[in-house]
Parts: sequence; C-alpha cells; structure tokens
Amino acid sequence: MSHAAPPPPSGPVPFPRENSARLLKDMLRIRRLEEKCAELYGAGKIRGFLHLYIGEEAVATGAMHALARGDNVVATYREHGHALLKGVPMDRIMAEMYGKKEGCSRGRGGSMHLFDAATRFYGGNAIVGGGLPLAVGFGLAAKMRGEERLTACFFGDGAVAEGAFHESMNLAALWKLPVAFFCENNYYAMGTAIERYESQPDLCVKAASYGVEAFAVDGMDVVACYEGARRAREIALAGAPAFVEFRTYRYRAHSMFDPDLYRDKAEIEEWKTRGPIHTFTARLKAQGHLTEERFLDIDAQVEAEVERAVAFAEAGAWEPVEDLAKDVYAP
Amino acid sequence: MTITYREALRMGLREALARDPRVLLVGEDVGRYGGTYAVSKGLLEEFGPDRVRDAPLSELAFVGAGIGAALGGLKPIVEVMTVNFSLLPLDQIVNTAALLRHMSGGQFAVPLVIRMSTGAGRQLAAQHSQSFEGWYAHVPGLKIVAPATIDDAHGMLGAALADGNPVLVFEYPALFEMAGDLSTAAIDLARAAVRRQGTRLTIIAYGGCVPKALAAAEKLAGEGINAEVVDLRVLRPLDMDTVLASVRKTRRAVVVDEGWRSGSLSAEVMARIMEQAFYDLDAPVARVCREEVPIPYAKHLEEAALPQVDKIVAAAKGLFQ
Amino acid sequence: MIEFRLPSLGADMDEGKLLEWKVKPGDAVKKGDVVAVVDTSKAAVEVETWQAGTVEALLVDPGTTVPVGTAIARFLEAGEKPGAAPPAEAGRAAVAAPVTARLPAAPVAPAPLQAPGVARRPVSPAARRRAGELGMDPEALEGSGPHGSVTVDDVEKAGRRAGPAAAAPAVDRVAEIRKAIAAAMSRSKREIPHYYLSETIPMQRAQDWLAAENSRRPITGRILMAAVQLRAVARALAGFPELNGTWQGGLYQPSASVNTGVAISLRQGGLVAPGIRDVQDLPIDELMARLADLVKRARAGTLRSSEFSDPTITVTNLGDTGVETTFPVIYPPQVAIVGFGRVAMRPWAEGAGIVARPVVVATLAADHRVSDGHRGAAFLVELSRRLQEPEKP
Repeated sequence: MSHAAPPPPSGPVPFPRENSARLLKDMLRIRRLEEKCAELYGAGKIRGFLHLYIGEEAVATGAMHALARGDNVVATYREHGHALLKGVPMDRIMAEMYGKKEGCSRGRGGSMHLFDAATRFYGGNAIVGGGLPLAVGFGLAAKMRGEERLTACFFGDGAVAEGAFHESMNLAALWKLPVAFFCENNYYAMGTAIERYESQPDLCVKAASYGVEAFAVDGMDVVACYEGARRAREIALAGAPAFVEFRTYRYRAHSMFDPDLYRDKAEIEEWKTRGPIHTFTARLKAQGHLTEERFLDIDAQVEAEVERAVAFAEAGAWEPVEDLAKDVYAP
Repeated sequence: MTITYREALRMGLREALARDPRVLLVGEDVGRYGGTYAVSKGLLEEFGPDRVRDAPLSELAFVGAGIGAALGGLKPIVEVMTVNFSLLPLDQIVNTAALLRHMSGGQFAVPLVIRMSTGAGRQLAAQHSQSFEGWYAHVPGLKIVAPATIDDAHGMLGAALADGNPVLVFEYPALFEMAGDLSTAAIDLARAAVRRQGTRLTIIAYGGCVPKALAAAEKLAGEGINAEVVDLRVLRPLDMDTVLASVRKTRRAVVVDEGWRSGSLSAEVMARIMEQAFYDLDAPVARVCREEVPIPYAKHLEEAALPQVDKIVAAAKGLFQ
Repeated sequence: MIEFRLPSLGADMDEGKLLEWKVKPGDAVKKGDVVAVVDTSKAAVEVETWQAGTVEALLVDPGTTVPVGTAIARFLEAGEKPGAAPPAEAGRAAVAAPVTARLPAAPVAPAPLQAPGVARRPVSPAARRRAGELGMDPEALEGSGPHGSVTVDDVEKAGRRAGPAAAAPAVDRVAEIRKAIAAAMSRSKREIPHYYLSETIPMQRAQDWLAAENSRRPITGRILMAAVQLRAVARALAGFPELNGTWQGGLYQPSASVNTGVAISLRQGGLVAPGIRDVQDLPIDELMARLADLVKRARAGTLRSSEFSDPTITVTNLGDTGVETTFPVIYPPQVAIVGFGRVAMRPWAEGAGIVARPVVVATLAADHRVSDGHRGAAFLVELSRRLQEPEKP
C-alpha cells in the first residue's frame, strides 16, 4: 500500500522573519529532543515505550503557535513535541523520560504520560481515542463557565476507528463546544495502513457527517499547519467544534519496539524529501529570511538546550519508594 | 420525616444542584424523561437543561466528558443508567478517572461522581441484572460507595461531591420503595456501620443485601442466635477496622454479596478476615453470593440465583452445627 | 535418592513423634526448608532439611513415634526420576535421560501415605489460642462446633471443669520435659567425669561500660549483662578448643564456631538449652537480639530443630535467683558448661585497702576425658580478663 506524498512545500513564507525563525527553531527543538531520546533509549536511560514524532514536527509546531497560553491541550502517547511547545520545560520532560522525580509527572508517567497543570497540558494519554471524550468535557466546562478557552485535542488517524471518536464528535457538535479536533493522519494505525482499516479513508467526510466543520491541510508544511489550526480555533471559539486533518508522515517506526516491516522503504524515502524542517529552511533561505550561518546558530542553541535537559535529568533524584502510594487519592 | 430511598436520592441531587452552581447532572434521560427510575424527576424544571443535561446513548463520551469537565472546573454528576452499561465507559472510568492523579504525579484531581443503578431482583434477565461493584472496588484511585439506608441514599452524594476523588455511587432499585426516617446525622465516606448489634455471629453485607441480612438476623434471633449486621457502605477503601472489631467479638462471620462468588468483593473481605483475625475465629468464614450463572428471567430461577434471607440463615446456622 | 531421616535434636532425644508434615509429595525443597514438625518431648520443633530435592514420598503418618535415624521421607535429587516410574519410561531413561529433564509440575509420586481418616480433631483457631493460654490440649476435648470442631466455648467449659489449678494435659507436658531432663542429666553424670573450677571476677568495668552503651540506645535496644557474658565466653574460647565441641562415639570433635547453648527455664517448669550460632563473630547488638528472640520462642514453644542439635558449649546464668555460685552439669555430647552467679557487691582488696566492688563468680564444669584442670583454669583467667576489658571487640 503506497501513500503518495504531496508536492514538497514551497513558495515564500508569509510571516515576518522572526516568527519564521521561531517556527523553525521549535521544529528543531522537537527533532533534536527526540533524536537524543532515541540515543538515550539505546543507552538504557529511557525505558518502556517510546514513540517518536520525527517527521511530523510541522503539525505540533504550527498548531501550538496558533493556540493561546490559556488553551487546553489533550494529546496522545506521541506527545513529547506537543508538551514541549505548550510550554513544558525540556528539562522536566527529559527528567520524566528518565523516571526522575523532577519530571513533569514526578516519574509516575514516563514518555507516554507527560502532564503539566501549569501550562494546561493534559497528557499524555496512551489509550487510543482516550483523550477525545476528555476534550469534550473541557469544552463543556469552558462553555458553562463562560471562558474564552479552546481545547485542542490531538489524536492519530487510528483513533477515528474508535467509538470514542464518533461519540465525541456527536456530543461536541450537539452541545456546540469550543473544541478543535486535530487529527494527525500519518496513514498508519501502528502497523496497519489506513486503507486496511477505514471504510472511508477520507477522514474529513466522517467528521463532517456530524455537522462538524472539517478540512485537511498539508501536515508537512508548518505554514499550512499554522493556518489550519488558527482557522479551527476561530471556528471553535465562535461556538462549534472544528476538525482538521493534518496529512503527515512519521519517519521512524511506531515505537522503539517496532521493526517497521509493514511499510515500503521507498514510501518512507519519498516522504523524507518533503521533510518539514529542511523544506521550510530552504524556503526561508530562498526568500532571504535565513542564512546558513543563522541556521547553524539556531541549531547550536537547540543542541545546547537538549544537553542542559539531559544534564538536568541525570542530576535528578529517584522518588523514595516510601512514597509509592502517594497520589492515588486526594489527601 | 419518613421518605423513600428514591426520594432520598432525589433530595440529595436537588440539594447538590442548589448548593453549588458548578454541579451538573449528565446522563441518558435524566432531564425530560425524569430519570429511568424517576430519581431526577422535576430537576430539569428546577435547574434547566444546561445543568440537568440529557446525553445521547454514548456512555464512553459522556463519562469521559464528565472527567474533562471535572478537570475543567465543574462538579459533574454523571449518571450511567445501570452498571450493565458501565462496561461501555469502563475505559474512561479506569484508564482515565482512576489513574489520572497518580500518573500525572499528583497534579490533577478528578472530583467526579458517577451514579449507577445495580443489582437484580426485578426479572430483568441477564443483561440488566448484574452486580459489578466488586470489579470497580478492585481499582486504586476510585472510591466505591453503596448506600443501603435512607440516610446514605440522601447523604452519600453530597459527601461524594466533596470528596475530591472519582466516586462511584451504586444505587439499588431493589430498595427504591423502601421507606424510613431521614435523620440529620452527618454522612461520611469512610466507615462501615453496625446496623444491628449482636454477639454470636457477624453478617457482613452491602447495598441491596443489607435489608436481607437484617431480616436474617431477626429470624436467627428467633432461634436463639444473636447476630450482628455490618453494612460495609464504602466498598473501596474497605473499613476493615469495623468488620474486624465485630468478628473478633462474635468469632463467626457470614459475608453476603450480590455479585458472583469467584473473585468477588466477598472473597476480599474473607481474605482480610483470614489475614487479620484468623486466631479469633471459631468457625470458617461463610458466604452467600449470587450463584455462578447469568441471571435467568423466570422469577423462581432468579430468586434461586440470588442471596436470600433463608440462605443467609442457613449459612449462619451452619457455623454452629 | 535422598532419605530424609529423623534427626537427633539433642542428646536426650532418642525418638520423636511426627506432629505434622510441612511438605507434600511433589514439593520442591531446598536447604533450610522446614519439612516437618516433630515433638521431641521437650517442644514441638520444626525440622529442616539440609539437602535440596523434590519430595517423592512421606513414609510416616503424623502421630507416629519413630526412633532417631528412621527414614521418614524420600526425596528425589535434581533430575532424578521417581523410583516407581513405569517400565516404558525406565527403558527410555536407560537410553538417554536428558540431564536437564524436569519433573512434571503435577505430583508424580503416589498418593500421600497419610489417610484422610487420621486427620486430627478440628479445632477452631480461636479455641486453639485459648487452649494454649490455659495450657490445655484442645484436641483432647469434645467439640460442639461445626463438624465436631472444638470451639472457644468448649475450651472454656473444659477449663472450668478442670479448675483453676491447670488442666491435665499441661501436667503431662511438664512430666515429658522432666523425663527428658532426667535422661540427659543421668547420662551426663553416668558418663562424663566432671571437674569444677571457679573464679571471682570484678565487674565494675563491665557495668560501667554497659551503662555507657545503654545510655546511647533506646529502651527496646538495651543490652543485658547476660549478653556481655555470652560474648566474653565465646571470645575466651578461641584459645581453648578442648572446651568447645562434642564427644561422640568415643571421639572428641572440636568446633570451629562457638555455638552457645543458653539454659532457659520454662514457666511451666523444666528447662531447655537451645543454641545461638557463631557467637564469637556476633556484634553485641545482634547477640542481644538473638538472645531475646531465643528466650521468647523457647517460652512460646517455637524453637527450630537445629537450635537443639547445634550447641558446642552451654552457658547457664542463675544470677537472677540471687545465688552466688553454680555447679552446673554438662549437657552431652558437649564437654563443658560455664555458670554465672549473681553480680553482687563484695569486699575487694585494692592496693592496701578494702573497697566494695561488684563481682561475679564464674564456674567451669568440664569433661576430664577431653581437658585437664590446668587448661580449664587458664580459660577462666582469660574469661576474667575479657570481662574486665569489655570495650575490646
């Protein structure tokens, strides 16, 4: 089964120079953080499941730049980038990967369960589709409390096959809730290609059937991702949920456990030519917004941040076993 | 004041909605219909469709939405019509509500109340007669309560909303017509209660089986056996102090459980008695449970499948013969 | 094939009554596992195995009394096939039995030998505990509970009938212990040519040291003088192998470790002398903890078999009775016993004057077949020196 990549993102970037640089830097922050995670996984520092987002960075970066600080985010188990760009410090994310008590979930969550109350980042949900009903509830709370607050709910294409997706679309549309459903369609539900599990592979058709405004964007183009998320936010805050399908691709296997036997290597290589970071870099250079020197400078800043995060995690402490039963019930 | 169990539940709901504007009731047919068991009858008119909110038949979504709403600052009461249907939102109840506090390192409270009816006895057959309180009582992070009296039917909801944890309140349609006096006693979610004092035997029961246990105790009294009855009230966390104090006094125990025997709450109670009061026992701990069959439709078969007063009496006498 | 034999749990034991099996056919056992509970006439003792294997058969029913050395169970060694394997199996095994073959998880041994009919009378846990408090044997009572089980009420009724003096079975227990002591001490006086020496030892420094040590400890962690004395004996024995060991079959076997038997009097009468192993190496806190545990378990009747068979020397301390000097009797097959009297203030010559000082009289009774008075005297001098240098490890 082959999933044709869209044409590479091209053309001038319609943002001021500094905004563009921030988008580029944030994509690089996700990329370098996760490359380091893969390395640390091999070194045994990070254990459990580790799902990397490499290749999909444009989606979280574009979407997060379109959100406000007070918006809620509900995400999946492939959420390192979302947590990072919602504002969770990289060192606390890395400490969580290590299982240290300085981690953003005190070492109780790990890679799949990043949480941070301060930045309204609500996980980190390792049940496919598990976050959608939750997002509906956040929308209900915001609406009943009269708050201008979007809830952005990220989920993969696989979740669309779950009952939770359909129930949540229906409920959000019925109750007219300010929720943006951000579907990150990377064409594979773990190892199963979308044509092999969806009766209707055009996911917007499914969402639209609930009366939800639904549209697709190029998930390899951070500009398109930003614009799509911004539009969805406007629709949702105006009083009805929106659905955006970000068509993207993950370059790595599903998780560190996955031998990746179900995809054609040529398909992966083709999508790599659309890589969100290098195509964006090329566009900025072409329009004179970025020099190679400036790029190297940004990348060095990001590398330094990653190294600081690793040092922070290494220096962190293990929570004492005496505290094992903490945080099961309200005190 | 004499009221029924159903009226006590409704009174608890009305007070909760009146007390705190963050409280809302969500569920199937809770509004216009008035509640499947008429528990929420009249509340829509009083509090409006936003706060007495009819939901589609999508338990997974509206229970999950209840969790999200609780995280977002509301105090939702979610009604799942019966425990049988709670298998649809089981994922949200366990994987999200119960686990969230711990796996976020203590950052999030889920002050959510889920009400559901449970139990058999009305010829509703296999899919509408199950008792899964014991399943839920298996899960750390949840609190499980089982009101068996007028006072608890009235007061446990308010206590659950104030608790700060996800609390599952199990309601017993078999008791809805039960009438009694409402007292002003404060209701906690911590202690089991001795419903009848006795000396020679402890009958431990919860929910719909508590009145059966009390009736059995009366029968036993007529035969010279003075039985104590303990109502567990809170099924998680279990208040074993009250249970053990009674068993240590009487040295004999019968556990009554409307759920199936295998892997049941009664098994847990028995195991803890063995662990903590073995040397105080004068007889093996006995129990009366649901027979290991799906509940049949025919009345005589259904009755035969459930704990009944006579079965409790027989089990109790077996500890002396 | 391993034959598990009833061990000798002391010189006074020549037979034992099997009370209970703690294993069943098919169980894997490892070194140190408790296999059975045996009544040695002094106490119900848990018997351990020192060999690993799989239980193939239990050869003796609970309730049976057998001589020491009787094979009471058969174990299979690792990889060994059961003896009663069917011929086809045996034939195959002769060709090539894989060394790593494991026994099937399900028991392959024949059905356990004990018939269900010989099960003991059911006694409720509460009744068993109450009977213990009253010193009664609950299994000797008629039961009114379910399945004829004995209940608390049955025990209490029987207790009232027997009157407050004590129930009959408890008297039997005391008599059993008396009998065992009689056998061991008769043998000792019959066979062992004792010699006796004594030495008065100043205890001021030991008392001062102990007071300073205990001031740093919580009340529950305080050390008794008895532990200080045990330690001094064990360390003093380092140079006197002829006092620490066992005489068996006409041969003396010295012991590398000092396993000190501690004479403990029982509340209902009689005494036992279970041992603490390797006392020479134990830090004082650990020794104190072992001593307290041993006394507690001796009085509760939960000693282990090895604790009776291990000791290589015994220490008896009758100081708490107020007596000054003891003349103890050696516990065979050991060859020496050390006695301590009361630590008391006595006139003591110091320089040219007389002062009051705390002193204790230490006595050695030793086996003349193994050692002579000259060596015994040197041991007591060494013991005296050790007790006067308590701070030395």
